[in-house]
This record gives sequence, structure tokens and C-alpha cells, in this order.
Amino acid sequence: MNAFAGFVRKEAFHILRDRQTFWILLLMPLVQVLIFGYAVRTDVRDVRIAIVDPTPSTATRALVQRFASSSRFQLMGVYPTMQSLDDGFRSGVLRQAVVLPRDADRLLRGQATLPIQLITDGADPNTGSVMQSYATAIIQRWHAESVVRAGSLRIDLATRMRYNPTLESVNLFVPGLIALVLTIVSAMMTAISITREKETGTMEMLLVSPLHPWAIVAGKVAPYVAMGFANVLLVLGAAWGVFGMPLRGSLVLLLAECLLYILNALALGIVISTSAQTQRTAMIAALAGLLLPTLMLSGFIFPLESLPTPLRLFTNIVPARWFLLIVRGIMVKGAGLATLWQETLILVGMTLALLVLGARRLAIRLD
Amino acid sequence: MSAFAIETHGLTRRFGEFVAVRDLTFHVAQGEVFGFLGANGAGKTTAMRMLIGLLEPSDGSAQVAGYDIATDSEAVRRNIGYMSQKFSLYDDLTVQENITLYGGIYGLSNAQIAERTHALLGRIGLEHARKELVRRIPLGWKQQLALSVALLHEPKIVFLDEPTGGVDPITRRRFWELIYETAAAGTTVLVTTHYLDEAEYCDRLSIMVEGAIAAMGTPGEVKREFGVTSLDELFLQLTRPGAA
Amino acid sequence: MDVAAPPAVDVRAFTRRFGDVTAVDSLTFDVRPGELFGFIGPDGAGKTTLFRTLVTLLVPDAGSVRVLGYDVVTDLWTLRSRVGYMPGRFSLYPDLSALENLRFFASVFGTSVEEGMSIIEPIWRQLAPFADRRAGALSGGMKQKLALCCALVHAPEILFLDEPTTGVDAVSRREFWDLLDRLRDGGLTIVVSTPYMDEASRCDRVALMQQGRILLVDTPAAIRAAYPRPLFAVQAPDRLGILAVLRRFPHAAAVWPFGDVLHYTDARAGMDDGAIIDEVRAFVQANGVPSPGISAIPAGIEDAFMWHMAAGTAGEQVG
Repeated sequence: MNAFAGFVRKEAFHILRDRQTFWILLLMPLVQVLIFGYAVRTDVRDVRIAIVDPTPSTATRALVQRFASSSRFQLMGVYPTMQSLDDGFRSGVLRQAVVLPRDADRLLRGQATLPIQLITDGADPNTGSVMQSYATAIIQRWHAESVVRAGSLRIDLATRMRYNPTLESVNLFVPGLIALVLTIVSAMMTAISITREKETGTMEMLLVSPLHPWAIVAGKVAPYVAMGFANVLLVLGAAWGVFGMPLRGSLVLLLAECLLYILNALALGIVISTSAQTQRTAMIAALAGLLLPTLMLSGFIFPLESLPTPLRLFTNIVPARWFLLIVRGIMVKGAGLATLWQETLILVGMTLALLVLGARRLAIRLD
Repeated sequence: MSAFAIETHGLTRRFGEFVAVRDLTFHVAQGEVFGFLGANGAGKTTAMRMLIGLLEPSDGSAQVAGYDIATDSEAVRRNIGYMSQKFSLYDDLTVQENITLYGGIYGLSNAQIAERTHALLGRIGLEHARKELVRRIPLGWKQQLALSVALLHEPKIVFLDEPTGGVDPITRRRFWELIYETAAAGTTVLVTTHYLDEAEYCDRLSIMVEGAIAAMGTPGEVKREFGVTSLDELFLQLTRPGAA
Repeated sequence: MDVAAPPAVDVRAFTRRFGDVTAVDSLTFDVRPGELFGFIGPDGAGKTTLFRTLVTLLVPDAGSVRVLGYDVVTDLWTLRSRVGYMPGRFSLYPDLSALENLRFFASVFGTSVEEGMSIIEPIWRQLAPFADRRAGALSGGMKQKLALCCALVHAPEILFLDEPTTGVDAVSRREFWDLLDRLRDGGLTIVVSTPYMDEASRCDRVALMQQGRILLVDTPAAIRAAYPRPLFAVQAPDRLGILAVLRRFPHAAAVWPFGDVLHYTDARAGMDDGAIIDEVRAFVQANGVPSPGISAIPAGIEDAFMWHMAAGTAGEQVG
């Protein structure tokens, strides 16, 4: 226990005295929240939109009028059929289209639902998502007014993304960001700090001590748990304070799941450090082996459904993928452990497997 | 142009409050083997870095190979060679690749490189190992090769920073014979070492203590001046005044 | 020193390879309890591989290696709490202060600075003024002493020091050996390696190592006395000139510069010193070099090392 405390103190000194790295690790998450937050908030103006209205009526003309008068949209035309839409999208003349059903007027007056289709160019996911929400808002306002006049009616708005059909919602970058930050702080920094001891030769002194290598590693990674946790709080705090990120589920559960993911990342870092001999190797391994999958194959940037099958299967072993599901579930849907137990169990299993792997590969000697 | 290979006047370097090198005034003649001694932290490395143009002096001036180190550091670097025990050759390149790389850095033509490679490898008897990775050749050869490579562009002065650390006594002596040959050919040699018996091989030497030169002259002169029989004794007397 | 006691280190036919390189080749030696035992040899002699094996960090490919009666492979955990080890390059944390380094290593070895103070006090006393300075900013000599404190703080029964004096100036080296003397006088067994030949005389016994093999193991005095040929110091103003001439002398076995003189070894054993001096002087003068000062001298460790090294590589030609 004495040795453990000694390790924690020493690692804390390392972290606190390397000022540059310390501030980078602390500020990076904040900066990323701001960058991501403002990147997706980029205002969209003059979206070139077309409306397909097979049976024009007073009600549908009111909708057309709303789009025509909005500064966010530039109405390119009202067509009776969808025929010209494909060409419009392909050539880039159109970026969005609203497709009204036949006999919309009659449907509005009757008791049936009103099926409206909203097509958006999703080539640039962020813009696409913003365009979609603006168009939706206009349609909903229009509908609300129509309903007031015409009695109780329901609207069935089917939105469809072209080229990138399952686009993330604006609020969803935060879970991915937490995964990314924890991968850097917990996995990469752990791997680097262990290999640094190998490089400078201090690992030799530690190995010759009566401490089991497990005690050495536990002592070394403990401060990084705290560092990772501080980062989680920072990201959540910034997302909540600056962007009003919702938290529908339990905060305690969310933090507990983050802790689980921190342990998972630490275990990955340990596994990397058991084979890497230099800080440089550890860094490259962490970047290529952990950071890229966390970015690309977790559903953070590319929707899993759009990946080719082999890659999609591979995402099953990317811990961030499960972590993202969990955090999105808690934050956006307010899900509890009752619905998330499977994902949690997978993460627990992965963490245990990595720890066992790390333990088996942890050398008690130099060779 | 200075008549000396190295000539310094009041060379001083401060790091904040700390004076690493204090008022260094000395000169080294062309073709001399000059020993640059001192305890760890006495300021040798700082002084050497100023002389090779890597560090600007806070005060004073120095001419190296006829160029001012403060205003003409590029010319200084073109005219000197540098070899240290630790960072000289690339372990993962072959002997030939190291020579070619170094020749290229100093702007030698391919013909010059080819010609000098041949002469150099012949002189140290390493012709057969031309295509070997440097990491695979024995330490003794590696050091001779490192010196030869530092001499490839025919510098006027070569700086050797602890060139013989950890080498066996025979190889160490062979290396010194190479140093003598270099000096005999007209190249000035400035060398640091922790082996005080090696200091005896120098034409002249200086011993730095706390940033300043405490003794300078031929080995015989400094021993006479301080009334000691060996440089070992002198070193002890100068660096630990109370201990002797 | 108790010669009858079981050896503190007992190594039999120990061999270790890395790929196709044999780093240590069938070493056999022992170290007695309370002895200050030195391994003298250049880089690449296999000293570090040997030391790492002795402190349980490497496993032998062949042979047996026992320390304090324990096998370094099977009794790993028993041994680790009993040995002190100072690896090459000192292995300290440069961003921690001297005291923080010491505290940390004390905690790793399950003790505290206070408990270990009785052992390290003579060394720590010299470091105490710099206790709060970062280890990275200490001078080479101070780093070395701090590393020694860190290796000693848990009161080991045997101390292994791998090149503790490399890269340290001559005076700091001398002070360091004075410290080792005191530790040895306190009853500690010390095994140390060094590339500096002049440090051999500070050991009770030394092993001369070269390319993974032991050339010779004995007391420094016995090694010097066993130099097999007459040895002379030759003093002349033109050292280079006389070196070249002497090497052409038909009876020269070895001629090497040694500080401000040359050491000349005659190939003829059992011949009168005076006769050799006269012959050498005549030969030198005949080759146009002014008469040098020549005197018969006892051999040093470095002479012996060079002799055995040359004999080892050139076989019968020199020996």
C-alpha cells in the first residue's frame, strides 16, 4: 500500500511537472467541444430547395409561401412530379426537396395522417443535418397553423437523407468526443508513461524490486484514471454549459459507464506498452490502433450502417462503438441499465479480457 | 584572418543568473592537439557549443577557423568537423550510406565522395565493411569511422567530444594514433576526455573549473606549475581544493 | 573476508545469446561474501548482460547462476528483496527532486527513507544540500551518489553496480570508490563493473572481461605480478617517432603510449633488464632517435589487460 501511494505521488509529479503536456491534456477536450460544437452550428443560408406538389391547394401554397419568404431557403421551383429531382440533386442545383402527397388538401381536411417526404443532400453531414432541422421546423409551424384551422390532424413527416442516410443528430458529437479524449488520455498516455520507464532504464530498477509488475502498473495508471475522469467532467460540463447538451438519463450511471470505459482504455494502453519498447512505438501504436478506430469505426464520424460489411463486423471489437451506444442511450434517450446492460456487459468483458491479456504479457524480466 | 585555429577573448555565457562559462581567453594553433578538460558541469560542453556555433556567447568574442562565431556561425560550421561518442553515425545506415549522407550535407560532389570514401576506408582498413550496417561493426571501428567521417569535408578543425568512452585500451590507443595522424596532416584537434592519461597525449591542454580556465599549457608545464607529478593529482587539486 | 563461507555469487558455465550474438560465453567465477569484486572490460564485453542476469532480469541460456545461494531463475522473488542494483545510466527520474527519487524508491522496496537512513547516511550527507533539486539538474557525480542511495535504501545483502562511474569525472570517480570502500568495510558484498582500468586496484579481486569471456580472475596485485614479460617505461620528447621505431625492434612484444611515456614489453622472458635497456637504446639511436630515458617498471592492470587481450585475439603470436 505504501508502494502504491509512492507510485501515485510520483506519477502525479510527472504529470504536473510536464506543464506543456498537462495543459494540452486538460485543455484539449474543452477546445474540441468548442470546435465540434461550433462546427455543427454553422449557420446555413439560401438552401436551394424544390417543392413537389402534385395537387396544389390553398394549404400547400401557404407552405410554398413560407419557404419562399424564408431567408434560409431559396425556392428553385414547385413541380408536379419528382421526376426532375434526381438531376437537380446530382448537378448540385438542388440541396433539398419537400415532397407533398397527392391530395394534400383533402388529407388535411380529413382525419388521415399527412405523409410528407423531406429529402436532403447529406454529402456534408453537418450542413445536411442543419438544413433538415430548419425545413422540419417550417413544415411543423405550417402544419400547426393548418391544424388549428382544420381541426385535430396528425402529420407524418418522413425525412430521408440522400447519400448519408443515417446522419447523426447535432447533439451526438459529445459521446464520441468523450471516447476520443479518453483514448488519448488513458490509453495513449498510459502506454507512453510505461514505455518511458523502459527507455530511461528506470523500469530495470522497478523490476528488480520485490513488487510484482502488476503492482507497478496499477500504481502507474491510477493517476491517469483521475485525469481521464477530470476530462469526462470537463467535456460534459462544457457541452452542458455552452451548448445545452441534454442529459435525460442518470448522471451517476453515465459517470460509472465513463469509468468503465477509462479502465478499458487503460487496459488497452497496458497491452500496447507490453510490446512497445519505445515511447515512439507506443505513440504510433496508440494512434493507429486506437485513435483511428475510435474516430472512424465507432459510429462517431461515419454511421456504422454505411460501412462495408467486413469493417462493420470489425466495429464489434472496437470498445468505443459500445461506449457510444451506451452514452447516447443515457444522454439522448434517457435509457437506464435495464436497456443498456448488454452493451455494458460487452465493455466489461472486453476490459477483463484486455486486463488478462496484459497480465499474461507483462514481463517479470527484461526478456 | 586569425593566425590561430581557435582564438577567444573573454568568452562568457550566462543562463539567467548562472554563469556557465566565464571570461574564457585562449588560443589553439593550427595542427595542435588541444585537450579540453574539466569536471562534469565545469562548462566544457557550453564552451564547446559556443565554439561550434550552436550557442551564442553572452559576452566576449571568438574566432574559429578564421570566422567570428557570433556573426559568421555558418562559415564556422562549414569549416569544422564534430564527433561525439553518442551522436555521430546512423546505426541503421550502412557505412557507405553514412559517408554519402555526410558528404552530401557538406556539399561534396559524387566524384569527391567516391574518391574520399575509398581513401578513408583504406586508411582505417574498413574497405570490406562498406555495405555493413553501422550497428553491426565493432565499437572500435565505429569510432574510427566516426572520426574519419567528421573529417570527410576536410575541415580546418575537428572537435571530439569524449571520443573514447567505454573503449578497450588497445582500441583507445589506436584511436589516438589516428588523432596524431590527423594533426600531423594539419587539422587542428580539440578533444575532451575523462581519461587523464589521454590528456598527456595532447600538445597542450586546459582544465576548466566552475566555468573558467584554471590551468593551461603543455602537460609538462601545468604539472611543473602546480608542483604535481601527474595530471590526475593536478585534476584533484583543482576541482576539489579541500580534498587533496 | 570469510573464504570458507558459501560464495555470495556462484556462476558456472553461464552462457547467454541474443540472436546470433553470444553476449556472455561460458563464464565461471564466484564472489565471496564481503568481497568488493570488479568486472573490468570495455563496452560490449558482456558486463551488462552478466549483471542483468545476476539481478534476475535475464535468464541464462546455459549454466547456473546463483546469488546468495538462490537460483536467479527459480528463486526470483526471494532474491529481489535482497539485492541492490544500480543499472548503467543511473536510472533516476529527472523531473523528480533528489529526495522525491529517494522516497519513491524506498516505497517501492517496502521501506522508508527514515528506516534506510542508517545505511545511506554517509552518502546522503553529501547530497542533503541538493535534496530539493531536480535529479536532472544534478551533476554527474551527484546523480551517481543519488542512484547509489536509491539502490541501498532497503539494506540489501549484496549490491550490484553496473558501470557506476562511466561518464563521471576523475575526481567524482575517486570519491565514489571511497564510498564503496566504506560500504565494503561495513560488511556488504559489492559487485561492480567498469571500463576504467585504473579502478581495478580499488577492488579485492577483479575479472578482466573481453567479448563475453573472462580473460583472468585474481587480486589486482597477483594480476600485475603475473605479467609474463619484462616491461619498461620509455620517455622521449618525440613520442610518435620513437613509437614507430620501437615497433620495428625485432624483440618488441608490445609498444603502447601510456600517458607521457611509452610502455615497451620485450618478447624475451627471463632476460636481464639492464641488457634489454642497452639493446633497446642502441637500436633506437641507430634509427636516428636521440637516446630515450628507459627504466624497468612493474606492470599495471591496463598492461595486463592489453597483454591478455592481444594474446586472446592473436593466440600464440604474442603469448
